[in-house]
Amino acid sequence: MKKGNALLLLAVIPFGTFVVLFLLVPVISMIWGSFQTDGGGAFTIAQYKEVLSNPYYFQAFQNSVLISFLSSAIGIIAAVFAAYAITRTPKHVRERLLVITNLTSNFAGIPLAFAFIVLLGNSGVFTLLCKQLGIDLGSFQLYSWTGLTLIYVYFQLPLAVMLLYPIYYGIQEQWKEAAELLGATSTIFWLRIGLPVLLPGIAGTFSILFANAMGAYASAYALTGSTYNLVPIRIGALVSGDIFARPELGSALAVLLGMTLVAALLLNEWLTRKIRRNLS
Amino acid sequence: MRRMNPSHISFVLVLTYLFLPVAATLIYSLATEWNKTVLPEGLTLKWFAELFRDFPFLQALGRSFLLSGLTTVAALIVMVPAIFVIVVYAPRLERWVQTLVMMTYAVPGVIMAVGLLRTYSGTGIPMILVTAGAYVVGLLPFIYQGTRNSLRTIHAASLMEAAELLGASRGRAFVKIIVPNIMPGILVAGLLSFSILFGEFVLVNMLVGGRFETLQIYLYAKLSKSGHIASAITVTYFLFMAIISGLAVKFSRGNKATRKEAAS
Repeated sequence: MKKGNALLLLAVIPFGTFVVLFLLVPVISMIWGSFQTDGGGAFTIAQYKEVLSNPYYFQAFQNSVLISFLSSAIGIIAAVFAAYAITRTPKHVRERLLVITNLTSNFAGIPLAFAFIVLLGNSGVFTLLCKQLGIDLGSFQLYSWTGLTLIYVYFQLPLAVMLLYPIYYGIQEQWKEAAELLGATSTIFWLRIGLPVLLPGIAGTFSILFANAMGAYASAYALTGSTYNLVPIRIGALVSGDIFARPELGSALAVLLGMTLVAALLLNEWLTRKIRRNLS
Repeated sequence: MRRMNPSHISFVLVLTYLFLPVAATLIYSLATEWNKTVLPEGLTLKWFAELFRDFPFLQALGRSFLLSGLTTVAALIVMVPAIFVIVVYAPRLERWVQTLVMMTYAVPGVIMAVGLLRTYSGTGIPMILVTAGAYVVGLLPFIYQGTRNSLRTIHAASLMEAAELLGASRGRAFVKIIVPNIMPGILVAGLLSFSILFGEFVLVNMLVGGRFETLQIYLYAKLSKSGHIASAITVTYFLFMAIISGLAVKFSRGNKATRKEAAS
């Protein structure tokens, strides 16, 4: 029996070592660093003070929250309908659609930004097409906030569909029949019964999407390097910039960003628990 | 009969939106010249031919395969036994694993890079190893999910009891009975992990950068140079992803089939 227990310990130790070395220690070191003066050496909360009082970093947070909120909202509204349409397709079609959705969810970061440059860049396919047809795109620019939002929406959509799709199975066909027998139209059914049942799931998915967008770095970086004033871009510049590197300030920004993500994820967990309670 | 309602319209719009950038990149990678006209002036495979004769590209491709492949294998070797032990013998620890899973979500690449740079830069440990280590931990959510679900479907605890009653040691029972039975699930989790790492840019770019040029870093460097070559790289990358998810679907189908057999 003793030998068996040693074996159990042997199985868990390497895993624990990896977690300590490559997750816990770096995170603790980052939190510690965020309370240090530039270059280290003394304890201070000046880095946080600077983040909170400097309009530049405040704006970065504002921009990040805005683009994350907007792209999550567009993504989730489109996905609520699209995921429902997927549940209504025959099984073999549905499975294929989910595979395609999953595949496009891998299409993110640098390749995705590039695909959008091909499509909507200054000499992009779609841009040229509009020029040829005499359609005025107005002041649309891929390298603008609108352009970046389009890319964010792209990587939010597959994730939103994959996360929302299962929650439709919480709505039973009999409820619809019962509501219909009692004289409710389809719209009334969805407004009064469907939506309230789905709402916690939708809100939970929204918070995951929000966290996903808040931490996204590669798409904006691929488009313009560090021109977009977003929190992840600022962190990257502060930590790995050669001339303006201020790792302690970068750590403070990273800790604040991490706290935003934790809040979003906790909200999701709370809502998921609520759904389970409603279903049981 | 088939009225277009909001869900159909939205469904078509979403699919079109997801499809358009992929299609545009594919056509661009095959186009001879496509600067002024609506449709490309001609089709050619020369960009792909040029790309696959480009030694730095092949090297970058090789590095990506090596880094993603070895890291995935290491993650599976480290995590599957640990998750097995925790799920079967110490279910109380599962809460901690779930907390760790949430932590990995709360610490995306750009935050992780800050901590890793602070901890390991200047220690003499090669940053590529640090990147690989962080990758291993980052795969926890996917490997945990896959392994735990497989263990549940095969009723791992009862299988272990039966094996031990028949005189097998725990280690032997794990290797001879549990591993073969959860193999399809592990393969699917492994393929998923591989494709995630294959597309990773943030960590490897911030920690290692040009010193270990992966496919993603190579693509980033080519973005501003040649649109056609960058398209060909993107299409190649997308094809690899398609093949991998095709394999994953195949394995998970096989998994379902065995489950059905077990149920009947």
